[in-house]
Amino acid sequence: MTATSDREQMAYISSQAADARVNVELDTGDMTLNIGPQHPATHGTLRIACQLDGEQVVVAEPIMGYMHRGYEKLCEVRTYPQCTTLINRIDWLGSFANEVPFILAAERLMEVEAPPRAQWIRTILFELSRVANLALFLGDMGVQIGALTPVFFAFRDRERVLNQIEEVTGGRFHPNFDRIGGLKDDIPKGWIEETHSVMVKMRTFCDEMEDLLVGNEIFQARCRGVGVIPPEVALSYGLSGANLRASGVDWDLRRDANPGLAWDQVDWRVWTHPDGDSFARYWVRLQETREATRIVDQLLDGIPSGPIMAKVPRIIKVPAGEAYLSTENPLGEMGYYIVSKGDLGPFRVKIRTPSFNNISIVPWVMKGVYVPDVITILGSLYFILGDIDR
Amino acid sequence: MPQLPGLIKGLGVTAKTAGRTLFPKRGWKTLIPAPQKGAVTVQYPHEKEAPPERARGVIALHEENCTACMLCSRSCPDWCIYIEGHKVKAPPRREGGKPRTVNMLDRFDIDYALCMYCGICVEVCPFDALFWTPEYEYSEPRIADLLHDKDRLGEWMDTVPDFLDYEPGSEQKVRKVPR
Amino acid sequence: MTTLLALPYWQETGIKLGLALAIIPTTSLILVYLFLFKMMAFMQSRLGPNDTGPYGTLQLIAEAIKFLQKEDIHPAQADRRVFRMAPVVVLASTFLLYVVLPAGPDAVVQNLDTGVFYAMAVSSISVLGILMAGWSSANKYALLGGLRAAGQLIAYELPLILAVMGVVIQAETLNLQGIVEAQATGEIFGFGGIGNPFILTQFLAFLIFMIAAQAELTQTPFDMPVAETELVGGFHIEYTGFRFLLFFMAEFGTAFAFAALASVMFLGGWWIPGFDVDDNILNVLGPGVMLGKILLIAFFIFWVRFTYPRLREDQLQKFAWKVLIPLALVNIVLTGIFKVVF
Repeated sequence: MTATSDREQMAYISSQAADARVNVELDTGDMTLNIGPQHPATHGTLRIACQLDGEQVVVAEPIMGYMHRGYEKLCEVRTYPQCTTLINRIDWLGSFANEVPFILAAERLMEVEAPPRAQWIRTILFELSRVANLALFLGDMGVQIGALTPVFFAFRDRERVLNQIEEVTGGRFHPNFDRIGGLKDDIPKGWIEETHSVMVKMRTFCDEMEDLLVGNEIFQARCRGVGVIPPEVALSYGLSGANLRASGVDWDLRRDANPGLAWDQVDWRVWTHPDGDSFARYWVRLQETREATRIVDQLLDGIPSGPIMAKVPRIIKVPAGEAYLSTENPLGEMGYYIVSKGDLGPFRVKIRTPSFNNISIVPWVMKGVYVPDVITILGSLYFILGDIDR
Repeated sequence: MPQLPGLIKGLGVTAKTAGRTLFPKRGWKTLIPAPQKGAVTVQYPHEKEAPPERARGVIALHEENCTACMLCSRSCPDWCIYIEGHKVKAPPRREGGKPRTVNMLDRFDIDYALCMYCGICVEVCPFDALFWTPEYEYSEPRIADLLHDKDRLGEWMDTVPDFLDYEPGSEQKVRKVPR
Repeated sequence: MTTLLALPYWQETGIKLGLALAIIPTTSLILVYLFLFKMMAFMQSRLGPNDTGPYGTLQLIAEAIKFLQKEDIHPAQADRRVFRMAPVVVLASTFLLYVVLPAGPDAVVQNLDTGVFYAMAVSSISVLGILMAGWSSANKYALLGGLRAAGQLIAYELPLILAVMGVVIQAETLNLQGIVEAQATGEIFGFGGIGNPFILTQFLAFLIFMIAAQAELTQTPFDMPVAETELVGGFHIEYTGFRFLLFFMAEFGTAFAFAALASVMFLGGWWIPGFDVDDNILNVLGPGVMLGKILLIAFFIFWVRFTYPRLREDQLQKFAWKVLIPLALVNIVLTGIFKVVF
């Protein structure tokens, strides 16, 4: 290492000395602690094999695949309409958002475009599922670091959003509402007004979370400076979504690569935070939830009238070709690479899920942290097991 | 303005929620606790939540409309619909016409142990024979009992709600449920 | 002090023992029902248990019966004897704590001259039990939890004792009854109508005592030894059925005992303004007054528990050694100066 200043050199020497102390003087022998596959903090079946030195993590390795359901392979033996029912179940908290990139990619292959009303309703439901998904994160982060109440608030208020989704699509969790060329159905009467009032409640929920967690000194002590990911590292590990924005990278597919949805019709902004620590990730997601409710409010007021389905044949055959399309899902960039050979179903589907990349930074970011910080970092990276293992 | 410490603010949030749960919507003046009203939870076996009309609870079969065309069975992603039928001669529709062949339904089973409630079968049905109803109380102690035959599926027809009106600006037509 | 009834020593002991045995499960029952079930539910827009008995009051009894039915499981690698003993040791510490808690001029199991000292001493026995549980479970999570508990409880014994020192200096006695009397006969600038509850003069000590008690009871924000989302229950991860119930009872029994200690030392205990200190009627009214004060303090303990996230172990140690202990020492010095000057 070439030190540019005395101060840097001193910092380097002291860090080396600290390493030496940990490794040589206090050679207490490492303990392997398996966090998971069954552990409340992994909300699912992720396993993190930690080498511990005391309570300090020396090496942490995420081991995935305990919930592998083989969706890429299953999609190959199903028709396009059947695929969406599977895709719903990848990121089960924001299921509608999963359908959109797949359908859009298939539409691009078929060269059809959904009518504007369908695109607007798609965007509304997309943002509603983002609100539902992130609301759960906002509460769950509290429970990860020991606060009992926020998660109950989150479940309470998320239920309102899920009810709105259910009133349109018929499914709380697995809407299966998106069709190639448009939507399955139109929105029922009175729904717009109800959704407006739910969005007001969600903003109150965000304020409550701000008072209960963000402003809380204990929460800040637990989260600030824990699990710092610099922007270069975040980019090189392929992080996306709020995790990347929390590292200060101004990157949002909704704005940068809008695939024809109605985001460019409304006024909103991308939130970033320069710190890159767990607190920044929480804060960015909190702001994003607020922003999403604002997007929904604006979109609801301006839904264009018209049909919700373009002219597509009753039996969908996608012409041969390849297409990759990704959108900014609640968790990050989610993309589908569809290879079609002109059959009823896709020949091959590659699913790029955000959580898989987000979780792969674990060995880098968890060097030298304490066991409680492992949970904080896992909570703030916000993964969903279905999204990792597919 | 000096900021309140976050620790105290947090205590305020929980206390406020407790107050709202104990004394819902009446203000603090009437000090009669009514947590039954204030709580957002539904006390399930005693009171029941009404799911929205479009909720996908269970599939009802309108048997008269079914022609055993097998479209639903084929489009099911996990192949949980079992249909058997046979053809019968029916009297001609008009006097002197040719006798028709009609498909008669022998068996129409849906295995709810396998069903993923995607609704594709309801959507593809060209003859309006399948409908969603928001009923949800049909769990069974034995998994085999989750296989509903056509009589059981027909019973659900009474619970099918009418289709909802659409928001203004929609060009969809409101469908009718055959009764 | 007059004795209520003149009984032989062994009869008196028997009655007191029976009372103590009956009181501890009852107290934890009250706390769990009022706070853990109902208050927490209301704070989270829920209703809490409400099917078992009127308003769900019998829920805990139902759960106790459920725990009793469970199989008693030992991990294969566990040190069986220590594993079995640990919950008993923890509960014993709670039982011993109840010995000195006064509920009236005569309503106390044993009026020790060194009551405060005794209470602080026996409350730290529970550390031993927790450490035993953590070590003997042969589980890494339990081990981490046990060690955290040991570190934390030792770190918070000190501010706890130092905070109590201020009260002791002001009351000039270690006897808990004496502390109540000192508060009852005390005066605030010549006004003795409500006595002198030490929460007024010893507010700093009260705060330190409550924070340290929160840590001693391993309640959030200091619940790292248990830490459901990290250590999945910590030291009692391997305990099932009856043995878990013992831990559970000890947790809430100790919470009750600490709330009682705080109300004796800072809120004036069983004394009611307007009565003589050794009025016999206080033996009847005293327990009610005590219960009210205890529930008030327990309310704060649990309110904090349901609102805050938990600290990290190193932050907790820093907080104890760098903030609480210096503050407690300052409090002792100030109290001493005032005691000498006035």
